[in-house]
Amino acid sequence: MTPIPPHPPETAQTLNLTINGRQVSAQAGETILEAARANDIFIPTLCFLEGLSAQGSCRLCMVEIAGSAKLHPACVTRIQEGMEVTTETERLRDYRRNIIELLFSERNHVCAVCVASGHCELQDLASELGVDHISFPCRYPTLAVDASHRRFVLDHNRCILCTRCVRVCAEIEGAHTWDVKNRGIRSLIMADFDAPWGDSETCTGCGKCVHVCPTGALFEKGLAVAEMRKQRPALPTLVANRATEQR
Amino acid sequence: MEQRIVIEPITRIEGHARISLLLDCNGAVHDAHFQVTQVRGFEQFIVGRPFFEMPALTARTCGICPVSHALASAKACDQLLAVAIPPTAKNLRRILNFGQIIQSHALSFFYLAAPDLLLGMDHPPETRNFFNIAKIEPQFARDGIRLRQFGQQVIERLAGRRIHPTWVVPGGVNAPLQQTARDAILSEIPEIKALAANHLVRLKQSLEQYEEYIRIFARFPSLFLGLTDKAGRLEYYDGGVRIIDAQGAAVADGLAAGDYQTYIGEAVEPWTFLKFPYYKPLGYPGGMYRVGPLARLNIAAACGTELADRELTAFRSLDAGPVSSSFHYHYARLIEMLHAVEMIELLLTDPTILDPHVRAEAGLNNREGVGMTEAPRGVLIHHYKVDEDGLIEWANLIIATGHNNLAMNKGILQAAQHYLTGGRLHEGLLNRIEAVIRAFDPCLACSTHAVGAMPLVVELVAPDGEIVAQICR
Repeated sequence: MTPIPPHPPETAQTLNLTINGRQVSAQAGETILEAARANDIFIPTLCFLEGLSAQGSCRLCMVEIAGSAKLHPACVTRIQEGMEVTTETERLRDYRRNIIELLFSERNHVCAVCVASGHCELQDLASELGVDHISFPCRYPTLAVDASHRRFVLDHNRCILCTRCVRVCAEIEGAHTWDVKNRGIRSLIMADFDAPWGDSETCTGCGKCVHVCPTGALFEKGLAVAEMRKQRPALPTLVANRATEQR
Repeated sequence: MEQRIVIEPITRIEGHARISLLLDCNGAVHDAHFQVTQVRGFEQFIVGRPFFEMPALTARTCGICPVSHALASAKACDQLLAVAIPPTAKNLRRILNFGQIIQSHALSFFYLAAPDLLLGMDHPPETRNFFNIAKIEPQFARDGIRLRQFGQQVIERLAGRRIHPTWVVPGGVNAPLQQTARDAILSEIPEIKALAANHLVRLKQSLEQYEEYIRIFARFPSLFLGLTDKAGRLEYYDGGVRIIDAQGAAVADGLAAGDYQTYIGEAVEPWTFLKFPYYKPLGYPGGMYRVGPLARLNIAAACGTELADRELTAFRSLDAGPVSSSFHYHYARLIEMLHAVEMIELLLTDPTILDPHVRAEAGLNNREGVGMTEAPRGVLIHHYKVDEDGLIEWANLIIATGHNNLAMNKGILQAAQHYLTGGRLHEGLLNRIEAVIRAFDPCLACSTHAVGAMPLVVELVAPDGEIVAQICR
């Protein structure tokens, strides 16, 4: 019997669009964020991390699209032929600054005494966007620090609920130790079924969550102020290498 | 009728306070209250934080002495780790402390005290300040700025920045000293040593004109408390607690930092946020003691460096026993600056100071730690208890200004009794009382760990609580 030939590979369709008035092309199926980054156009992000599923929750990557009155999150919006995208306007900058200020006001972010100071994505973005004060009243919630793990510490005071830790643990490590409990402003990251991290039965101690965490919410035990340098793992390469080994 | 006089705000000190002078029926001062109006917060809000944060976090108590807090804190944390830190790390911390002492003493003497000393206590307050000194005696002002700059640069060259460096960590320091930084500091030592020595000579030559203040400014017998090494020499980083009485006899020697609660009590008064530490065996308030530059020089058998030892001999000739006038805190500060410069030179010329091994790493091995050092203003104590995960459960900080609280109150009473005439508040009285406090160089932000700022008042209050007179700046 003649074997059925495999489907010919789909020829990726190239789409043309403009970002900030610049003509760019990208493959159909790509997001605005991917197209922008491929063309060295900066769009701020916090919850997005290459190699993890995108969820569009932090809203920092919102962009304007001609013909649409609402804003669109660049990390989950696919490009279309002829799209006219604007990534930098006064309105967008104002919203982004508001988002950063709201994140700061929600929990107890004190850069001066933070283990990740100088190596923190939230701090970097605040600086980049010119956030020099918080115009919202701060909530100062009373949140405990979980230092029960032998090697790592979870400090909810510095967590922005980006869920990178949840996704990297579930999607890359395959342990799914982390998840989110409660709802809305009461949401908190939790290990297993709300166990102290040190008692978690699923945690492999790989440390990926610590290194993808954009702030000082997850850090290595024994480090003092400004000493936590996050080494963001190259997740797509990691996954690609695994696939090669399996073959 | 009994009255109360209030002086507020007290200016040119680190922090804010008010003074109440309690008058008897004849209008004479019978008691004085130095009220620190700031509230203490650090001991509470560090609860629940990982102990590894403590050196940098508690350093935020004060922008003048962040290094002192970081060091006392790190020493307490070293005990939580149960490690002996590498000898080079210890010497680097020592140099950092000397840099801190130089910059703080230069600030106290040249910026805060000099306007009283050079322009006079009766000089109009609006121009009795450092800017006027810079106009009238520009070289004096330049020298003061240069000395402070040197101290700050020692800190910057070791720790990366001048204010709130995060270099001191539990177990040591987080980076070794670079040869270029060492050489840069060493190259400036001769100039700085000469400056410190010259200003010491100048103060000694002018002591006669301050005879009245030497006689009146908090001059009374008291205990003196400070750290010394095993040979009884000046020691700012390690060592045991030595206490001498007003005659100079040792009351206690070699007391361990960790046992401080057995010999230091802390009394509380309802009218101030600043506690009153006292020597426990003598009770409260009989156990009044002084700490800081004057106490250290009174206690030490020797400084341990050539120039400072020569100066110590001259200093000792001021009184038959320990030097009892708090005016001489200024004099002692200048001797200490000279000693600090000599010590920095000594420690930096030892080649092991460049050793890259500067941090001992360990986990939590003790649940309690006490760190004690000599800060510029005197003995500084950080005491922590942590839970099994290393989170702070309880903390106690005793700051130099607190140790001197009883003596400052007594000094204010002494000056008020001398200068208050006819129950009338006047600028001269206000200035002299402030100058008494300034001799102690109190740091109220540190000692009550306050957040925010407040001004200061002197008020006269009647026995029924009525304020009959008040001066504000």
